[in-house]
Amino acid sequence: MAKTHEIVEKNVGLMIILTLVAVSFGGLVEIVPLFFQKQTTQPIEGLKPWTALQLEGRDIYIREGCNTCHSQMVRPFRAETERYGHYSVAGEHVYEHPFLWGSKRTGPDLARVGERYSDQWHYDHLMNPRDVVPESNMPGFPWLDENIISGETTAAKMEALRTVGVPYTDADIAGAKAAVEGKKEIDALIAYLQGLGTFLKVKR
Amino acid sequence: MTGTDFTQGWVNGWIITIVLINLLGCLWLLWWTRKRPEDTIKEGESLGHSFDGIEELNNPLPHWWLNLFYFTIAFAFIYLTLYPGWGDAKGILGWTSVGQWETEVEKAENRYDRLFEEYAQVPVEQLAGNEEVVKTGQRLFGNNCAICHGSDARGNVGYPNLADDDWLYGGSAAKIVETLTNGRSGMMPPLGAALGEDGTKNVAAYVLSLSGRSGAGDAAAGKEKFAMMCAACHGPDGKGNQMLGAPNLTDDVWLYGGNEATIIETINAGRQGKMPSFKDQLSPEKIHVLAAYVYSLSN
Repeated sequence: MAKTHEIVEKNVGLMIILTLVAVSFGGLVEIVPLFFQKQTTQPIEGLKPWTALQLEGRDIYIREGCNTCHSQMVRPFRAETERYGHYSVAGEHVYEHPFLWGSKRTGPDLARVGERYSDQWHYDHLMNPRDVVPESNMPGFPWLDENIISGETTAAKMEALRTVGVPYTDADIAGAKAAVEGKKEIDALIAYLQGLGTFLKVKR
Repeated sequence: MTGTDFTQGWVNGWIITIVLINLLGCLWLLWWTRKRPEDTIKEGESLGHSFDGIEELNNPLPHWWLNLFYFTIAFAFIYLTLYPGWGDAKGILGWTSVGQWETEVEKAENRYDRLFEEYAQVPVEQLAGNEEVVKTGQRLFGNNCAICHGSDARGNVGYPNLADDDWLYGGSAAKIVETLTNGRSGMMPPLGAALGEDGTKNVAAYVLSLSGRSGAGDAAAGKEKFAMMCAACHGPDGKGNQMLGAPNLTDDVWLYGGNEATIIETINAGRQGKMPSFKDQLSPEKIHVLAAYVYSLSN
């Protein structure tokens, strides 16, 4: 017994391989099956890919790090469904690459924020959150009102997403640049926020 | 949910096999590293390993500790059988996260629905006098409305104050319920292009004169333009029209600000206030209670 133990302890390469085998069990059994499950791979009825403008808005959301303070996942607890609406389901997120579920709520969850407030509210709130919510500690993002989207890369992004299964049509991709060119970043972000969680038709 | 949720048949066996290999592997590891009668090195003696003068002694795990390992393996088998774990097996308890949520919601509904139904029988005006209902309504307000109207319901620039008894669409109980249920869309068109720079200034001066102030423009000329362009919604006397949500311009309540510059901005670019509809988020009974809270603020 002591001998075999010694073989593992004195061969770093072998030890690395055996360690990898040991730690891979969890992933093999918990992550791999998710790629072969209906509820995680099939879109809910009526799910549409983001429009070109919303897609740009989503990238701004990522760039500004919104997901570090806002989750996009309503968990199936009554306290959460009372506040935010219907709990999130996996099929809502099959076109999300990467998903933005987040893990920290410094601000409220945004999974169902779409169509909840007016565009003007989002504009006021992004420019200076304290203008509308005096007790807010969210930073303002006034530069989004100045930055203009060029649209140079929008079509390429959509094509990349298509290769991983997001059903963009050729027409979507051809019209992408025209749809976003010259638009203000803040409008793209608002278009994205207003779409969040709106594909699931049951609201409560 | 009936049947398997897997799109490929092998996934089920894959999960069960790996879980079993893992659990039995742990068991084998415990058994393989156990104390054996043929061990020549006695407890507490050196195993012969020495690293930098530190010697490794033969010190086996205490029994209670070792037994904990066996217990966790036994626990895993029990847990995997009770809850969904063996591939697509549902587990003998039939637990699902959605089921747990449904139970939680049902329990709450049994407790609160009775109250909400009771409240629904009472007219909003009367309900507004019930302190308990007003408190419940305030909670709903905090959750759904405060983000625009403020946690004190006193509004903000562009978001009406609900506590001043001044109403764009009417402050009767029925109107409040209507606003909450269907939302409102304010629609002040941009008139800057039609009025021109001077025309805008003149109209602003006239609007200021309605509340006893004066502006840089010619109020008399502005009055003529006002009659043509603005009176259809705001009324010939500027007192507004609640049917259209057109504000009264003769008082000192200003949704977007009442100084000359802001009034000119409003005339130039128009205003599109939007109150979202809550009929999808809140049940009619909850809207009823919420309306009672809003009604109580100015009555």
